[in-house]
Amino acid sequence: MAEKLIGKDIVPPDLVAKVTGRAKFAEDFRAPGMVFAKLLLSPMPHARVRNVDASEALSMPGVLGMLTPDDLPEAPPRSERALTYEPLYEGEPILAVAAVDETTAADAVERIKVDFEPLPFVLDPLKSLHPNGPNARTEGNYFFRSRDPEEQGFRTLKWTEADFAEAGEGRMPMGEPQTEWTVGDIDAGFAEAALVLDETIVHQSLSHHPMEPRSAMAYWQNGKLYLHTSTQSVAQTRVGVARALDLEPDDVVLIGEYCGGGFGSKIRGSPIQLVPALLSRKIGRPVMLRITRYEENYIGRSRPGFQARVKMGYRADGRVTAVDLYIVEDGGAYGSGDFRTAGTVASLSYQPLSMRLRGVSLYTNTPPRSAQRGPGGAQIVGMLEPIMDKAARQLGIDRVAIRRINAPDNNGWLGPQRASLTSAYVREALDKGKEIFGWEEKIRLSGRRNGTKVTGVGVGLSPFVGGSTGFDGLLVIRPDGKLYIHQGIGNLGTHSIADTARAAADVLGMPWNRCVVVWGDTSNHLPWSSVQAGSQTTHAHTRANHAAAMDAKRKLQEIAAREFGGSPGDYATADGSVYLRSNRLQRMSFAYAARRAIQIGGKYSGHELADNLNAVTVTSARALAGQGLVAAARDTYRHEGSTWSFVVGFALVELDVETGQIDLKEYTAVTDCGTVVHPRSLAAQLHGGAVQGFGIARSQKWVFDPQWGVSFAKRFYTARPPGILDVPLEMKWGAVNKPDPQTPVGAKGIGEPPVGAGSAAVASAISDALGGQCLCRTPLTTDVILAALEGRKQPYGPLEIHV
Amino acid sequence: MPAVDLIIDHEQRGGVSRRTFIKGVIATGAAVSSTAYLFRSSGVFAETLTQGAVERLITLNVNGQQRRVDVVPHETLAMTLRYKLGLTGTKLGCDRAECGACTVLIDGVNRYSCSTLTHTVRSQEITTIEGLEDSTGQLHPVQQAVVDEGGFQCAFCAPGFIMSMVALVEANPNPTRSETAHALSGNLCRCGDYNKILNSAMRAAEYARRRA
Repeated sequence: MAEKLIGKDIVPPDLVAKVTGRAKFAEDFRAPGMVFAKLLLSPMPHARVRNVDASEALSMPGVLGMLTPDDLPEAPPRSERALTYEPLYEGEPILAVAAVDETTAADAVERIKVDFEPLPFVLDPLKSLHPNGPNARTEGNYFFRSRDPEEQGFRTLKWTEADFAEAGEGRMPMGEPQTEWTVGDIDAGFAEAALVLDETIVHQSLSHHPMEPRSAMAYWQNGKLYLHTSTQSVAQTRVGVARALDLEPDDVVLIGEYCGGGFGSKIRGSPIQLVPALLSRKIGRPVMLRITRYEENYIGRSRPGFQARVKMGYRADGRVTAVDLYIVEDGGAYGSGDFRTAGTVASLSYQPLSMRLRGVSLYTNTPPRSAQRGPGGAQIVGMLEPIMDKAARQLGIDRVAIRRINAPDNNGWLGPQRASLTSAYVREALDKGKEIFGWEEKIRLSGRRNGTKVTGVGVGLSPFVGGSTGFDGLLVIRPDGKLYIHQGIGNLGTHSIADTARAAADVLGMPWNRCVVVWGDTSNHLPWSSVQAGSQTTHAHTRANHAAAMDAKRKLQEIAAREFGGSPGDYATADGSVYLRSNRLQRMSFAYAARRAIQIGGKYSGHELADNLNAVTVTSARALAGQGLVAAARDTYRHEGSTWSFVVGFALVELDVETGQIDLKEYTAVTDCGTVVHPRSLAAQLHGGAVQGFGIARSQKWVFDPQWGVSFAKRFYTARPPGILDVPLEMKWGAVNKPDPQTPVGAKGIGEPPVGAGSAAVASAISDALGGQCLCRTPLTTDVILAALEGRKQPYGPLEIHV
Repeated sequence: MPAVDLIIDHEQRGGVSRRTFIKGVIATGAAVSSTAYLFRSSGVFAETLTQGAVERLITLNVNGQQRRVDVVPHETLAMTLRYKLGLTGTKLGCDRAECGACTVLIDGVNRYSCSTLTHTVRSQEITTIEGLEDSTGQLHPVQQAVVDEGGFQCAFCAPGFIMSMVALVEANPNPTRSETAHALSGNLCRCGDYNKILNSAMRAAEYARRRA
């Protein structure tokens, strides 16, 4: 029997290509006759294009054509289109020009005369709520969603002067919400509380900035679109592109074998990927749209910022009796709903005896938002964990202990429906983290001064959704004796194309060197898969591949029984053979079984398929039929309740009281994400996510000119993500490694929660170094810290969201 | 240079006239141009170029080969490598010397190819990620170290980091972890995989020592 692959480190099958430069990302492809497109971006945060005069540009030598919003297919009124005549943020694409080279295209863009009518704009959602405040869109300041199409539409929400006056200086006002839910009796909760904290907190918006900008190259051949794009997901992006262009999915060949980071900003690619596709169709040449970092800043998506007010009640023993949370979310140009998830995460983290969530999400004339690793969760964790510290200090309770008291277990609940959990081993994670980090010793260093340096120690707990269900697995055992595992997920570098494939290999006892992972190019016939986002993949596709492998195993057993006699149950599989359990010499190689499957036909060769498969999987399986033993199955494994993973982060910082500089010396992350599938890759998720969290806590922010609504912080150096010198030289990790009972492999997703743990632990440690001062704001930049150290007024207003 | 030519009139809309708006935008230095990062091919610069002041067909020494290539005077090495010589392993992450994804070796020194004019490296040895394997296809010790450590996630930054690691192990075969971090600090990884990158680099130095 082959050694189980789950739980072992492996070298991902794409790594050699990555270290030799042979891995091709979207911008690395060339096609004969390929030309280049450049975008014309809006110089204003909100405007209407009255006229475009492109005559001079289009008459330039080498210019081949132009794409305007008129060339785009219809889209619902609130949705973002690739190009627009009503730009809603500075940098929104208006037109695209194609030319023989990029410089000529850029020159042509400069010669287009655009007549813009400036429109009122707003950068701060609270300003839009003001009785006389501007709306970000001409139609209103939010979109009311409803199943009733009559009711659904743009609306305007304004709070009253009284709402604003009532809050008082520096406190967030709380007018009419868009959403409200309550669990339990919050009045009773506060009545029972020995301590009540009431805080106003601000969390910034920040850009995703994956290393690879969202470039795309497209051409058409025999009526089919060939699109090379940077996307987190493959099967689902292809369907999205087909739908947007009114094509059959079969008429789109989508190639996205490598994605240079997405973090939620390229879940189904990007709206802009339609530009090269349409421009290519229009001018009859392959078109490369190379997105620069400068453009990525505008169109590359961002995490919505929150302004929030939270009132939390605690019993003397630290138990949270009531949470009353109000979030104002900056939804950017096209809206967002992170605050809803934030409320759910808060309920899960603290299991309060009662809770109310109120929230509004408003449009602003700032870059579009999308999910960013731990959407809603990372923000609220970073905002509330320092409040937990404050309560712990006031109640005289250890800061890990107060989290332990409130942590969810297997009987935990979350959200307005009090949904149940599949598993939660948070206390185990806290205990293990304490041990690995050395909490008891480190906490004694808290506040210790060494020259100008003060030590601070912090902890943060971060939960996030860890998986979805119901997708398809598709495998082929070919006459070469190898197992081909087809994956419709993307390849973001999480190694999940390989890691989830191992679930299939383990079911069949197949050695890894005889497994081939097929991914990234839809012409290779991929199954219907989850989006590679929201930490879904590990859970969804260990399940789907497990299901497909069980189907393959049954078929192998049946073929063996036909050949050798007996019943299928008498046979087992291992090391590329199916053999009689009672006599292992009675065996058939997978290579032979594959040839037999082709001869027998029907369900064995993929000519007959289960009727519960997705249409995408059916098409792919039909294309593969007859090439070997084809196994295709949908994940129908039992799943009740909600699957969540948890990460606890521990940080130690040194704060220089003269310069305000923070030196992050140590970081440890411990997770409950069910069974550990790939230890080294899991460590990379825990540490990499934390590094993104460090950027939230310390450095990344937006700066806008309030008068003109234009951005100042649009490059790496002005909104700096952490570099290698900003993180500890060596980070530690651990995992509870208890299987989730409701999934066959026991593994839960882990992409999201490490971010909030990193952000919260560092914010908590900085606050500790400041003697327990809770600054109630991110990022904690040097100017903010210095003002706190010197007891000066903060450089920003308590509610200021984009400075 | 204004980013976008605008037809200017004096109508007041929403309290902001377009003229005022443009003035403001220019004054704040925040003019939006999708093209601002590119070297211009028009204007005075272009005039002098077309007069044949600089030879265009040049020879570059890339990965040990002499490559004849037609290069315009304002062309960056990254663009020449990627779009003229087919060496797409070198990545463009920022176009402006902020991220290091485009790092190559020039006479053994790691440099940003996005901010190096091709004409300035005519007489120098250029090594890209494609030039690290030996003639038998054997991985360079640094590449092998990365593979053995399972280094990098999305790996868009990997070619740049690997070139910096090669420069490091050549210059300092016995680096500490801290020296390694400093040597790689001109490269950015947004997946935040620094811990694994440092593990890879430390192993790379070990392999390089063993080979030496």
